[in-house]
Amino acid sequence: MKRVALYAAALGFMVFAGFPFYWMLITTFKQNRDLYVGAFDTRHIPWIFNESPTLEHVRLLFRETDFLRWVGNTLIVVAAVVVLTVAVAVPAGYSLARLTGRWGERLGIGIFFTYLIPPTLLFIPLARLVALLGLQNSLGALILIYPTITIPFCTWLVMGFLRSVPWDIEEQAMIDGYSRLAVIVKVVPRLIVPGILTVVVFTFTLVMQEFVYALTFISSVDRMTVSLGVPIALVRGDVYHWGSLMAAALFTSIPLAVIYNLFIDRFIQGFTLGAVKG
Amino acid sequence: MTLHRRFADREDLLGIVMLAPALAYVLLLVGVPFVLAIVLSFSTASAGSLTFGWAGFANYAAILADPIFRRALINTAIVTIGSQVLVIVLATAAAQVFRAAFHGKRTARFVLLLPWAVPVSLAAIAWTWIFDSTFSVINWTLKVAGLLHGWLYWLGEPGLALTAIVIVQAWRIFPFATVILLAGLASLPQDVIEAAIVDGAGFSRRLFHVELPLLLPVVAVAVLFGVVYTATDLGVVYILTGGGPANTTHVLPTLAFQRGIQGADLGQGAAIAVFLLPFLIVVAIAMLRLARRTEMGGM
Repeated sequence: MKRVALYAAALGFMVFAGFPFYWMLITTFKQNRDLYVGAFDTRHIPWIFNESPTLEHVRLLFRETDFLRWVGNTLIVVAAVVVLTVAVAVPAGYSLARLTGRWGERLGIGIFFTYLIPPTLLFIPLARLVALLGLQNSLGALILIYPTITIPFCTWLVMGFLRSVPWDIEEQAMIDGYSRLAVIVKVVPRLIVPGILTVVVFTFTLVMQEFVYALTFISSVDRMTVSLGVPIALVRGDVYHWGSLMAAALFTSIPLAVIYNLFIDRFIQGFTLGAVKG
Repeated sequence: MTLHRRFADREDLLGIVMLAPALAYVLLLVGVPFVLAIVLSFSTASAGSLTFGWAGFANYAAILADPIFRRALINTAIVTIGSQVLVIVLATAAAQVFRAAFHGKRTARFVLLLPWAVPVSLAAIAWTWIFDSTFSVINWTLKVAGLLHGWLYWLGEPGLALTAIVIVQAWRIFPFATVILLAGLASLPQDVIEAAIVDGAGFSRRLFHVELPLLLPVVAVAVLFGVVYTATDLGVVYILTGGGPANTTHVLPTLAFQRGIQGADLGQGAAIAVFLLPFLIVVAIAMLRLARRTEMGGM
């Protein structure tokens, strides 16, 4: 009896969490005459395929919209932001974990708090700044501004990660005659690879998901990223091509969902502020 | 050489040099804009010109007299509180389910995490389709189940539209809260829970009198992030209703965007966004207290 309740509850949560994705999936492959039957017609069941599935919407998405271009733009921004974030946040995280001692801990918390300052508070002054730099309506604006989100969070992640890495290897290297700097340049990079991987993954997911800054800075359709282009530019006038829209949402969600499943525990360590032991 | 050697071994100097780029980035592109956001809210700035004058409290007076703004402020509170109450209930229940072992748990976990992984804007467009006034599958299902006799224009009526926004925000945040709660549950001292079971505490006593009090710091972290994510979110409302019908469902971020970016009135837009600060300050103070407590508690 208890088992039944458990499975029923688990199923309930799956239905609530997964329902919009089921809806994306079924909409993507439905023919228009199966899709656009008003919900007031109770004889037509919208939950299933009443006609044979079609690839028409997928074809339209890839051939006749800028979707692939947005994917390309997104990847360009991801690559640039990853490079910037790793170059800035990894040394900073190391510094806070190993070099700066007590005041580093305070500073670490301070840097983490900037992560709480939301884009919706900063987008107006940043719009002005981006215009001053001549970066409006370019991917450069996103490449410049996204690290304001990734650097604080990743600095914090790397710091937390290093605290769980034993200090012996670095100590041994110093006993062997390496200077402190030589340890950092020659020994630490190997130790820190899993931490860097987490940084790359976090940055990738952030750039894929970010909407506010993209909406504020980018106005030309051909320079949009996926998360902006799909909901804004795939809607032509008042015409929603729901099949293609849902196909785009589905194809973008799948890789992100897989990544989240693999990296969830590492992200959580970053969020719990040490209130949870890792 | 000795000088070089000395630098290479000075931990404090190395520490500062390695930290400097991150500090500079954050100060220049978060700190300065943050101050500028507040300065702009007292200015006559518009997107067209680069110079701006001092406006005193004119922007604040204008928005406080504006019923659309007052509505947006109330909506922000309703959506934030409403969705977070739902999140706490859902996440507490889901965490109890997902700490148990059952067949297909990996698949269930994958599905549970989907709402968190998908970009906000794409989730919002999917929900727009689900709530569509003509094709809403929710209406169809309710009608077939005999629960609905009239028709629900989900995004066309202020009350229903706000309900829809609360549902989407709760849907989006609860997986995150669940995962945080699960991490907290896993780190609870096992002996305390066993002692409670030995003493004959049933499920609900164990949950409400033993586990939840111990979990409070973790629940707080989940809620605080939830508050920040919801109160400051632009995407869901912007895509779902665009603030409509007739500007009744705006929240502070969408109204700030409409006035500050689309309407080019930077001063007024900034003033509206500044009203997000009370939400954030409360969260920041709560987090600091939590961080201090866990530090002293040696957790």
